[in-house]
Amino acid sequence: MNEYVIRFLVGGAVVSAFAVLGDILRPKSFAGLFGAAPSVALATLAIAVVQHGAVYAATQSSTMIVGAVALVFYGVIVCHLLMRARLRALPATALGTAAWILAAFGLWAVGGWHA
Amino acid sequence: MTMPVRLSLSSLREGRWYEYCVRFVLGGAATVLTGAISNAFGASVGGLFLALPAIFCASATLIEKHEIRRKRESGLSGRRRGQEAAALDAAGAVLGAVGMLAFAVVFRTLIDRSVLGAFVGASLAWIVVSVAAWFVRRNFRFLRRSQNNQGDEVPRRNIS
Repeated sequence: MNEYVIRFLVGGAVVSAFAVLGDILRPKSFAGLFGAAPSVALATLAIAVVQHGAVYAATQSSTMIVGAVALVFYGVIVCHLLMRARLRALPATALGTAAWILAAFGLWAVGGWHA
Repeated sequence: MTMPVRLSLSSLREGRWYEYCVRFVLGGAATVLTGAISNAFGASVGGLFLALPAIFCASATLIEKHEIRRKRESGLSGRRRGQEAAALDAAGAVLGAVGMLAFAVVFRTLIDRSVLGAFVGASLAWIVVSVAAWFVRRNFRFLRRSQNNQGDEVPRRNIS
């Protein structure tokens, strides 16, 4: 239980710091870089190293590569849903997240990381 | 030549206190979720969720809200402007995702040698690749726009 409280506080703090940085930077396309900052990754990998060791964090970072490729798909899909399909931000990002899950698990299965 | 990237501290005044709370809670929840998935299904599945776009969903929605609020103060709907602002943020996120890919590759390469080196090297790789990708995209867009303008008798309006 204590582990999850620490995760919550560390994750919230790191994500908020990157979000504020994104808020004060202009132009908006540059600020968007901080929307895809590895904030959750930094917090999670740090906790993984302390709790489970470097080998565990190495395994997580291997499949993070797959998640990051899926994140590129996500950004492209959300951009098209907003500009071409003219959806609002909430439904566009929700559909984008569904696409991210499909892409991430599809690549993970095809790449043999599940073995 | 003007500096393409600048600080706008006034943007902080547009934010409401509960919006910062939402981001904190989302960030904390995403980190808890990643840990819970790793504990339940193993580090391999948990690693996928290190690139979960949870924070981006909140950022894009807040950016859209801010633009709509600003336009409504001028008596306009602002819906289209809000969508465009969120789309620009998404375009930036694509470049940030390329940076995140660099983060993961460098972290995986260095973690066997040095834990501190892996965190520092991966963070540097993220910022360098993201910013470089942003500058390349920006220069490519300028080049394309200037080529388009040379072919037009009437100059095009800058919409970005």
